[in-house]
Parts: sequence; C-alpha cells; structure tokens
Amino acid sequence: MSWYLTLPLVIPFAASIIAFLLRDNAMGRWVSIMGSGLGLAASIVLMVVVLEQGVIAGQMGNWPAPFGITLVADLLSAVMVLITAITGFAVAIYALGDITERQERLGYHALFQILLAGVTGAFLTGDLFNLYVWFEVMLIASFGLLILNGGKEQIDGGVKYVALNLISTILFLTGIGLLYGMTGTLNFADLALKVNEVENQGLLTVVAMMFMVAFGVKAAVFPLFFWLPAAYHTPSFSVSAVFAGLLTKVGVYALIRMFTMVFDHDIGFTHTVLLWVACFTMVIGVLGAAAQSDFRKILSFHIISQIGYMVLGLALMTPLALVGAVFYLVHHIIVKANLFLIAGIAKRLTGGTDVYKIGGLYKSAPLLAILFLIPAFSLAGFPPLSGFWAKYIIVKATLDLELWFVAFIALAVGLMTIYSMTKIWAEAFWKPHPEGIEPALKTLPHKAAQIIPVAGLAVLTIIIGLSPEPFVIFAERTTAQLLDPTAYITTVLGETK
Amino acid sequence: MNSIILVAGARLQVVLLLVFSAYMMLRGHNAPGGGFIGGLIAATGFVVYAIACGTSDARKALRFDPANIAGVGLGIALLAGVIAVFWGDALFTGQWLFIGATEDSKGIPLSTVLVFDIGVYLVVLGAILSITFALEEAV
Repeated sequence: MSWYLTLPLVIPFAASIIAFLLRDNAMGRWVSIMGSGLGLAASIVLMVVVLEQGVIAGQMGNWPAPFGITLVADLLSAVMVLITAITGFAVAIYALGDITERQERLGYHALFQILLAGVTGAFLTGDLFNLYVWFEVMLIASFGLLILNGGKEQIDGGVKYVALNLISTILFLTGIGLLYGMTGTLNFADLALKVNEVENQGLLTVVAMMFMVAFGVKAAVFPLFFWLPAAYHTPSFSVSAVFAGLLTKVGVYALIRMFTMVFDHDIGFTHTVLLWVACFTMVIGVLGAAAQSDFRKILSFHIISQIGYMVLGLALMTPLALVGAVFYLVHHIIVKANLFLIAGIAKRLTGGTDVYKIGGLYKSAPLLAILFLIPAFSLAGFPPLSGFWAKYIIVKATLDLELWFVAFIALAVGLMTIYSMTKIWAEAFWKPHPEGIEPALKTLPHKAAQIIPVAGLAVLTIIIGLSPEPFVIFAERTTAQLLDPTAYITTVLGETK
Repeated sequence: MNSIILVAGARLQVVLLLVFSAYMMLRGHNAPGGGFIGGLIAATGFVVYAIACGTSDARKALRFDPANIAGVGLGIALLAGVIAVFWGDALFTGQWLFIGATEDSKGIPLSTVLVFDIGVYLVVLGAILSITFALEEAV
C-alpha cells in the first residue's frame, strides 16, 4: 500500500478536525491554508509517482479487491486530485480576505477541508459504493457551506440544491443496488470485467441510464441543471468558487469513468443520448447566461454550457475527443474558479454583482481588468489561451467524425460565450460606475490575499495556453488508459485474474 | 420541566444509560453493538437529563462543548486508521495486541479497531447532543 494514495485524503481530514477545534481562534484559517498547502504537495507527489509508475492502487484496511475498498490513481484521477488541490490552495488563501469571523466561528474552514477531502476521495476511489459515500461527504459539506451564516436567499438556494442532489443520490443508490444484483461486485475494475458476462444486456443499459441521470444531476447537464443557477450565486465568493470549479466536475469525472470503463457495451445508444444531452447543455447554458445580469449568475450558466463540451468529448468516444474532454476538465476548473474569485473582488470594490449597476473597474483597477481578461478570454476560447486548445480539440474531433451540425453548435456556443464575457467587460469594467464610485484596488482590506491566488490561477491559464503540447501529450496518455483499462484492472485485481 | 419524579428518575436513568452505552461499545466487536449504538445510548442519557433538568444543566454535566466532543472523536477515529503506518500496513488496517495470550486462549485482545470505535462513539455522542441541545434551546 502506498501512502501516496492516502495522504491527499488524510491531510484535509486532519486539517478539518484541527481547524474545527480551533474555530474560535484566528489560528483556524492558518491551519486551513497549511492543510491545503500540504495537500497540494501530497498531490504533486502522487502525480509524479503515477507518471513514473503508471496506475497505482491500494486496498484500505488490507482487504483484497474486489471485497474491500480500493483506492486507485490512474492519470485521470491523479490530475483531478492535483487540480483540486491547486484550486483548494488558491481558495484557502483567498478566504483570508473573504470569510467573516462569524463564518469562521461557525466552522467554515472545517467544512471547506471536508469538501476538499470529499472531492479528492471521489476522484481516488475505485469502488462504486465508496464513490457514493464521497458524494455524500461532498453534499453535506457543501450544504453546510451554502447556508453558513446565510439569510433567506442562502437557505432557498441550499434547499433546492439539496433536494435535487438527493434525488440524484437515490437514483445512484438504486442503480448501485441493481448493478450489484446483476454482477455481484461494485469494484470498478471488477465491474469492467463482469459486465461483459451479464446475460441481459438490455437491463444493463437501463442501469447505465440510471447512472447517467444520477451523475447528470451532479454534473448539471440538460435537463437536470436547475439547481446550479439557483444556488451558486448565493454563498460567499470563496465557497462559490470551489463549487464552480470542482463540484460539477466530479459528476463529469464519474460520467467519464463509468461510461468508458464499465458501460461501454452499447455505445450506439448511451453515447448518442450523451451527444444530444451535450448539445442541449451547451446551447441552454449559453442562452441562459445571455439573459442574466448578475455577475455570478452569468458565470453559473456558463458552467453549464462548458459542461456540455466535456460531455460532448465523452459522447464522441474517439481518442481525440476524450483528449479534448480531459484537457477541457483541467482548463475549466482553473478558469472557472478564477472567474468567481474575480467576481468576489469586483463585488468588494464596487459594492454589487449586478453588472448593470456597477462599473469603472477598468479605469480605477486596471490590474483586475487584466486578470479578468485572461480567464474570460480563455473561457470563450481565444487563442492562445487554454480554452482555445480545449475547444479546438473537441471541435476537431467532431469534424473528424463528420458531425457538421454538432461542430457548428460547439462553435456557435463559443461565439455566444464571447457575447456574455463582453457584456461583463463592457458593463462592469468599461463603463463608469453609475454612482460615481472609483473602485481602486488599494481600498481592498486584504489585497495580497485576494489578488495572489487570482494571479496564480491566471498564470496557470497562460502557461497551459502558451505551451499546450505537454498537456495534450499528457491528456493523450490519460485517454489511452481510459480506452484500454487493462493496466487499471490488473493493478487493482492483481496479475492472477 | 419541574417534576420531582422526572428529575429523580432521570438521575438514575442517566447513570444506567451511560454504563450500558460503555458495555454496548465494548461488546461491539464480536456481538451486536459498537461505537455507533453506544454513542446513541449515551446521547439518550444526556437527552433525558436535558429534558428533566434543562439544557444548561445538561451542558454542565457534559463538561465539554458537544461539537468539540464530536471533533475529538473524529480525530481519534482518524488516528486509529493512520496508526497502521507504523506497521507498514495500509490505512485502517487493524493492529492487534493480545495481552496474556496462551496457546489455548487469546487473552485480552486489544486493537486499533476498538480505538476507532471509541472515536465513532464520541462523534455520535457529540453530534446528536449538538443537534438536540440546539433544538431544545430554540424551542
């Protein structure tokens, strides 16, 4: 058992417990930052180990697979864990200037660390039921964060969020039960082998659809996305940045994992459904964003449309398309979390999040304007930023399959994204503030704590954009592992099987 | 509530419930019981006390903030899992110590599993009491 696998999980749990016991004390926030920093170090180590040794697996409590709980890290898991840790670290620093003392006393840092642990666990687990448990950990922690010291609006968003997510949970559990009844196992690697022996392949497709709906709610795809724009604009900005960056992506990750490794028996049906879902998700999300005027609501709807691109990559199921999906996942988490963090700074400077009621940021806070431009243009797919390459690969994959209409949608949605970003730019940044406020950065109480994470994430976006080659090669290796899970299966189950 | 009968009865019950909860937790490894049930029973004891004498008295009797008890419990449970590293085993691998073991009997078996159970006991006790005390005080 390698401790590389468990450290990214143990560290946030330990940090959470210490931060909780120190919640009445200013030390709590430093514990949170230190925990996230250590977690980042641990996930870098994990990434390096996986790059060098290939897939690594460990059995919790030494119970052999498929009976015990397996933790596995292949390249996809490792990169998701790493990106989670990066986002977590950035947001933990940002929280210094964003979270009030009252929220700290109610246990913000503990919940935040538990959320990171839940997300990391979902990426690392090699067991379907354990995945459900991590989903619950995430759900409880995120519900706590949503309503922490909140008013009516927060409770309202939180209830919608929890209600819809519970429906997804019930479906997920039902699916798990049925799948276990058919195959007698819940270990991913074992499932990948056993599903081929199931006699009633039609029933397997039914179960696959249940999982698609369950993960679809988590990923906020069409038509199951309602909870997302209802909830994401209500909590503190640190919280919504983590949510926007990570939570829906766990759903996408679960979809990718299940629909490449386990449910690949009827691609003609399941992946066609995914293709339509992806197209509708892209279009609805971007149209929804066009109708909004709240900074965070615009961004929330853009999460939905971007999820469409990732699902599209999965739906096409060609190596190139999956490369695009993986690339998109990584790029999107960084960019989206960053945009929410910037929205937080903008709110602090101008006093609002409705873009029509604020303004003047370009003139009085040019640094923030530049920092906004980078992720915004990246999101819209401007070369040479990371989003351009992500979109380019996906569109190229659709063109290779001669799906002209889908390619057209993907490109048109990109254009519409620019429209929304321009709206934010023109209203919040270019036009003077309607009340004559000149929102300068130096009025920010915790300037460094808020600017540094934003700048760091922007630099990452630029790095991915300017030298995409290593990242694409990495995504290709990831995809190779996904399409041929032999290494994954033998590592988990041992060579004998 | 100021009923003398209830207060007098509650004092007896609390003691019984706490002893019983410890018994339930300890027998949990091989028979029905365990940290979760033990914690629930212990929580029942304090809830009965809170109903009879009020939550402020119950908080005093508990001595610690229930939320902190839950936090410490979680820490103990985590430690019980992490401690396996000193034997080079996987996370949460049970480590056993048999005191006075002979060829015929295993003596007194002690294990990290029990430590984990104690952690669960405290988490359940702390969490249930945080919730019920908060509800009682809100009413």
